[in-house]
Order: sequence, then C-alpha cells, then structure tokens
Amino acid sequence: MKETILLIALTLFMVAIAILLYRVIAGPTLPDRAIALDTIGVNLISAIAIISIMLQTKAFLEAILILGILSFIGTIAFSKFIERGVIVERKGDS
Amino acid sequence: MSAKEILEWAAILLILLGSIISVISALGLIRLPDVYTRSHAASKSSTLAVLVSLLGAFIYFWFHDGYVSIRLVLGIIFVFITAPVAGHLICRAAYRARVPLAKGSGDDELKPILFAGESLQVADKEVEEDKKFE
Repeated sequence: MKETILLIALTLFMVAIAILLYRVIAGPTLPDRAIALDTIGVNLISAIAIISIMLQTKAFLEAILILGILSFIGTIAFSKFIERGVIVERKGDS
Repeated sequence: MSAKEILEWAAILLILLGSIISVISALGLIRLPDVYTRSHAASKSSTLAVLVSLLGAFIYFWFHDGYVSIRLVLGIIFVFITAPVAGHLICRAAYRARVPLAKGSGDDELKPILFAGESLQVADKEVEEDKKFE
C-alpha cells in the first residue's frame, strides 16, 4: 500500500516534468525556458527523494544536494546570459 | 497501529501532497500568459511542493530507520533559500531583455524609469546599452 502511494507520487512528479518539458521546447522566449528548466531541476530533487525511500537506501541523499546546487548555478548563469549577453566578464578584454 | 506506523503514513501522505502541488504548478506554468506570471507558478508553488515532499522523506527516514539525515535538512534549507533568488533573477533579466508583458497587464511604472526616451526598437538600442555597461 505504501509502495503504491509512493509510485503514484513518483508518477505525478514525472507527469509534471513532462508538462514542463513542453514549456522548455515550445516556450516563446528564453526566460520561459530557463524558468521551466529550473523547475525541472527542483522536481528531480523530490523524485530522487522518493526513489531513495522506495529503494530503502540513504545513498542518494547526496545527489539531492548536488542537484540543488547545480540547478541554482545553472539558473544564475542563464539569467546573467539573458541580461548581459555574456556569462563570464573579463576586465580589460573589450 | 503504533505511533511509528502513523508517522510513516503521515510522511507518505506529505509526499503525495507534494506531488499533487507539483502537478498543479506545472499546469500553471502551461496556462499562464507571460513570463512574469509564469514565474509565480514556477517559484512559489513548486518550492512548496519540494519542501513538503523533502519534509516527508525526512520524517520517513527519521521514524522508519531512526536516522536523522542532516543532508536532507541541508537540501530543504538550500532549496528554500535559492528558489526565490533564482525566480527574482530570471524575472529581472527578462524585464531588462525587454520581454513584453501580457496583454491584460496593468500600468508598467518601471518602463519610463528604466527605458527613458526609448521606443521599443531593440536592435541598435541594445548596442548603446552595452556601451553604457562597459
């Protein structure tokens, strides 16, 4: 019974990721795609938590932290690219 | 049914609630009209979904295995801090990159301050903007 509910929750997260994937592909502007990618990363975090419960292991809990950090850094880089046109600014280069 | 059993069920129902909130947030991301309204759905309700489901996982590991996971607490705190920051930065970048508002939006008071004396001719204005930054 618990396994079934966890499976339903995992399926709902995957449905959410599929809907967000539509927004990534068809989004009219670049910030739409960045927002949808950030939300996909956040949903993957909770999907990993559910998988870690279903497999009765604690080994995936580091992956939650790593994925959170990578998703945040990716979003910051995207927003800087959208605003300035470059990601890494160098002094005296222009 | 012992107390441990009840708390495990509470944790699993929290996870189910989180997944339902996540689907609702994804539907909002599809249905809303422009970037600024979509970022409401993406940052607020999606953060709530992840917080609720990670809290469920934390409670489950606590009462099922007797294992208090510091890594899950760190993950909860990290998502709680960074998701609003990311939403704010994306919205700011979208406004400065002149993504238009939806049709039914109200007054835009930032536009005469930020883009004073500009019409929305993007091409050569952006070159000037870049020179101003340098």
